[in-house]
Amino acid sequence: MNRASLIRIALLFGALAVLEWACRYGYVSREAVIPPTTMLQGAWRALALEETRAEILWTLENVAISLILSVVVGSAAGLLLHRGARLRRALDPLLASYYAVPTFVFYPLFIVLFGLNRWPLIAIGFLFAVVAVIINTLDGLARIPRSFTRTAAVMRLTPAQYALHIILPAAAPWLFTGVKFAVAYSFIGVIAGEFVVSGAGMGHAIAFAYNSFDNRMMYGLIVLLFATVGSINMLLWMWERRLYARRAGR
Amino acid sequence: MTAEHLRLEGVTRVYPPMESHAAVHALGPLDLSLNRGEFFSVVGPSGCGKSTLLDVVAGLAKPTAGSINFEGKPVLGQVPDGVGVVFQEDASFPWLTVYDNAAFALRRAGVAAREVAERVEHTLAFTGLMSFAHAYPAQLSGGMRQRLCIARTLVMRPRMLLLDEPFGALDQQTRLLMGDELLKLWRETGATILLITHSLDEAALLSDRIGVMSARPGVFIDLVETGWARDRDSRIASQASFGVVTGRLWAALRDESIKALAMAS
Repeated sequence: MNRASLIRIALLFGALAVLEWACRYGYVSREAVIPPTTMLQGAWRALALEETRAEILWTLENVAISLILSVVVGSAAGLLLHRGARLRRALDPLLASYYAVPTFVFYPLFIVLFGLNRWPLIAIGFLFAVVAVIINTLDGLARIPRSFTRTAAVMRLTPAQYALHIILPAAAPWLFTGVKFAVAYSFIGVIAGEFVVSGAGMGHAIAFAYNSFDNRMMYGLIVLLFATVGSINMLLWMWERRLYARRAGR
Repeated sequence: MTAEHLRLEGVTRVYPPMESHAAVHALGPLDLSLNRGEFFSVVGPSGCGKSTLLDVVAGLAKPTAGSINFEGKPVLGQVPDGVGVVFQEDASFPWLTVYDNAAFALRRAGVAAREVAERVEHTLAFTGLMSFAHAYPAQLSGGMRQRLCIARTLVMRPRMLLLDEPFGALDQQTRLLMGDELLKLWRETGATILLITHSLDEAALLSDRIGVMSARPGVFIDLVETGWARDRDSRIASQASFGVVTGRLWAALRDESIKALAMAS
């Protein structure tokens, strides 16, 4: 483990220790924040309950579907826009200002369209994530050196070989960034949707615990959410580092 | 070394008008005949159409008029079998090792694994990259990466090699040494070489013949025979006759370079 990692871990545990001490000795009201050790107990309790496990699974399924859809649709749309320069010029301002639109306002519309089930939540997560994938796909495709395209022509590669063996690996760092954003945005979209308007999922469970003054359950679920998102991001980060290390010759 | 390998007749390339630019007559009409195993270089002022010439010869671009024949067959907007191209820019794939870069085209062409290994090992040994076979391009110097691009082309055993300023990004000493290596591989492979360069010294040092191009639209205004023996290296740079060749090249090019500069400004 390197020095930066040690400092990071020390800072994290230091902050938790300070919070534990402040909560235990009454410097922070237990009505507002509970000690981290109690949060962990809450997380354990939440995991032990079958109905909570079902809420977690429901959320993870929604996030996974939203992520897959946004990656597939976003990559295809990015490819289409890359090939159609005129269409891209027309859509560029919309893509650039997309995240100024509060997509949650479409939730009632999605309920009308899809019914009161998981699909409105998936649609919210998808809408949140898809544009990040499109933008990063476009960025990656635009950065493929012209010499690679010409080399492919000299090697007389078929369009499929060109796509699989040159476009995909050459644009991989940007595509990967798109996927990373899509993971984060899918979680935000789905959890926020569940929190505000859904009757199921982790977001709903957190909101329910909050409204029931069940701090232990609420913080326990938040800890579980942090742990899940953190673990996924850590895995992606490690994979990305490996990808870049090769290219940087490390 | 007398059989005709490449023939260009009336080759012209005009870039069509774009949104804010008029049509650009970049090249020709241009005639050229290269013999099998000849080392031919093209020099000319900036923007005279040297790289355009390489593109149309390689089949990467179609000529607006005229015809190109390689080994008696017309080149019709596709890279012909037996032609290898090395570009000025580093085109090594950063996600592959040196070995996998060299093997890339062979594998895509469906060549058997044993033959891929034989050809790649031979080419890497020949280009002095064998001990870096498992390194990634980022771990190599600029000169070694360009050697890798040459190795990746050579592994396909091209009968004609088109080089677009392959040493343009290298320092002078490395260029001279790379030139020696290029001469060595030219002798050993027997390939015909068409080298595009802006360096008069490089052209004079490496070539059997040099085509001097005019300012745009590029046409040949002089064809200079160097008269060097096939078995040569960079030491000829110290001979008096080397100065005569570069002097003749510059005499032909000076006015064209002034014209090109005036066009650019």
